[in-house]
Amino acid sequence: MIRTQRLAAGVCALLATLAAGLAFPAAAAAGEPTSGASPKVDLVLDVSGSMRTRDIDGGTRMAAAKQAFNEVLDATPEDVQLGIRTLGANYPGNDRQTGCKDTAQLYPVSTLDRTEAKTAVATLSPTGWTPIGPALLKAADDLTGGDGSKRIVLITDGEDTCAPLDPCEVAREIAAKGIGMTIDTLGLVPNTKLNKQLSCIAEATGGTYTSVEHTDELTDKVNQLVDRAADPVVTPVATEGAAQCIGAPTLKSGLYTDREEFGQQRWYKVDVNPGQELRTSVSVAADRAVNPSYGVLLRAVTLNGREIVRGEAAGSGRTDAISTGLRYPKPESDEDDATAETVCLQVTNSFSAASGVKTTPGMPVELTVDVVDSPSKASDVASFGLGRGWWLLGLLVLVGFLAGLIWGWLSRWRVAVWRTN
Amino acid sequence: MRITRVLGATALMLGLAVAPATADSSPSASAASSSSDAGSAPTTAGTSFRTAVEIEQGQDATASASTGDYLYWSFAADAGRRPTVKATVKLPSTHAAQSWQIDVYDGLRRRQACQYGAQTRTAEQGVSSVELACVLRTVRAWSEPWGNDPLPGTYYVRLTALSLATADLGQPVHASVRVDSKDIGGAAAVDGSLAKPLVPGIAVSSKSGAQDGDSSKAAVLSSIEPDGGWDSGWWSDRWVWTGVGAVLAALAGIGGYTLTRGSGRPSRVPPGA
Repeated sequence: MIRTQRLAAGVCALLATLAAGLAFPAAAAAGEPTSGASPKVDLVLDVSGSMRTRDIDGGTRMAAAKQAFNEVLDATPEDVQLGIRTLGANYPGNDRQTGCKDTAQLYPVSTLDRTEAKTAVATLSPTGWTPIGPALLKAADDLTGGDGSKRIVLITDGEDTCAPLDPCEVAREIAAKGIGMTIDTLGLVPNTKLNKQLSCIAEATGGTYTSVEHTDELTDKVNQLVDRAADPVVTPVATEGAAQCIGAPTLKSGLYTDREEFGQQRWYKVDVNPGQELRTSVSVAADRAVNPSYGVLLRAVTLNGREIVRGEAAGSGRTDAISTGLRYPKPESDEDDATAETVCLQVTNSFSAASGVKTTPGMPVELTVDVVDSPSKASDVASFGLGRGWWLLGLLVLVGFLAGLIWGWLSRWRVAVWRTN
Repeated sequence: MRITRVLGATALMLGLAVAPATADSSPSASAASSSSDAGSAPTTAGTSFRTAVEIEQGQDATASASTGDYLYWSFAADAGRRPTVKATVKLPSTHAAQSWQIDVYDGLRRRQACQYGAQTRTAEQGVSSVELACVLRTVRAWSEPWGNDPLPGTYYVRLTALSLATADLGQPVHASVRVDSKDIGGAAAVDGSLAKPLVPGIAVSSKSGAQDGDSSKAAVLSSIEPDGGWDSGWWSDRWVWTGVGAVLAALAGIGGYTLTRGSGRPSRVPPGA
């Protein structure tokens, strides 16, 4: 009887362990969307007529690009999904309308088949126009879907020939649409105008711009960019702050992204329990040409409008972002039914731009929120109220010496009194 | 007799008083700048706070980049230390005048002031390299939320060209960064401590770590930790100073007492009384 009960208990325990073992990985997988998602990279190559120019290491620009691509395809990490898109590869004519639509997917964004991709690259020959804007839009479409980081690498030797669609604004719109979409640009033997346009595209999305004059530079840089895409990065969660605290979204610990126009306010809410500390930081990225003085203000405000603490930052000169942060430890409460306090977070910026600059979509805002346990506050300036230094020792010695003297005199006096009695 | 006793007591006091001075340097000097394993030093840099490359103190991190890039690294700094960030940028052979700058931000992305060091420098036309430095304030274990004091946690270094000609955009440059820190010791020991260091995303990463026990593969904002972990925060050489002070006070008390007692028996008392 007892034995069967034990057996049953043992079986139950075994089953419970197994169930727990099965259940835990599933829960963990649900909590981490970033670890499973594979990064996507789309290489956008300019195959316009000007790529025939022989000025990179004695060969044509096209030859340099092909050689670089072959080496990059060999070095691409396994988990990266890579695609190749061309611009100006197919239409040799003079019609602007048609020429500016000339962009094609050479190799779809997928797990890489090196031979197939290399064969496709080998077929390319310099042909047509340079429709950078339309190509970027299509490349963004190529990358849609999936949670991993997305990167467009644009390689070109001439500025966009398809005005009025400004590729810089296209890039900004792409960044506003997709989360974690970065455009890196590489200019082959660039002039000042191309420098300006390509760095504008890169800065609009938080990417980098590199000018290339040698084949090995091109290979190294594209490899570096593909590797960068393969690095696991926390993907922020999109949120939309409200114009006032009422109706603002409630945020939990995590990384968030939003958009904020010049002079706009964004409000968010965070619940903080007694004995917890709210830590939050905000970065507003300057993704367009802004005036050289700017600032950002982050305020933690109670529901009644009282400011608890603020973080502020100002700067001048060339920048990618301006950021600040604050922390608010909420003291422990003695009451049993103490509830969480709702803290309103207000984000404002003082960016400004010249009159020609578009104000929409707003500038990217990155917000980190951490709610951690907080200890009680410090009781003294010095560690545990302890002293330090020669003045302390001198004082202690003096006081000790005087105390000894007085004690000695007192006892002598007492002995004398006792003796006379 | 009395003189020798007083002299002896004084010598003893002096000997004890020297002890705290020697104890100054001893506690927790392990994490200083001993970890210079150049083999594993990072050779890339991040391009934003989110993608900052983590470096260890004492490592020479390098990165090849382009003029105009914003390069980010992050390192861990613990309480009682004063970090110094040094950066060298090797510029291309031809370029116009351009100025470079390093900025240091704390775990809350607040800009931290440099006490001294050339934070911004202008490279005149044709100069081949720029050297920048930033000596931060001493990292404190605790400060009021309204203060901007450096606190233990992640620190970000941003290296960038502050002003440059359009023609210089995208030129290849080579940057190297090194962070060292000086142990300030008990002089900077303040009361209080943070429950958790100012590491961004720590609320998320500690939660997921507790769930599956292995969060090595998952992306986190910052997974940085100094050698030997974060300082537990109770030890400082103030304990030695205060303890020695107490002993000295006791000895001085005994000394004072003996001075009043004379050399034993009172002279007035006849022998054998």
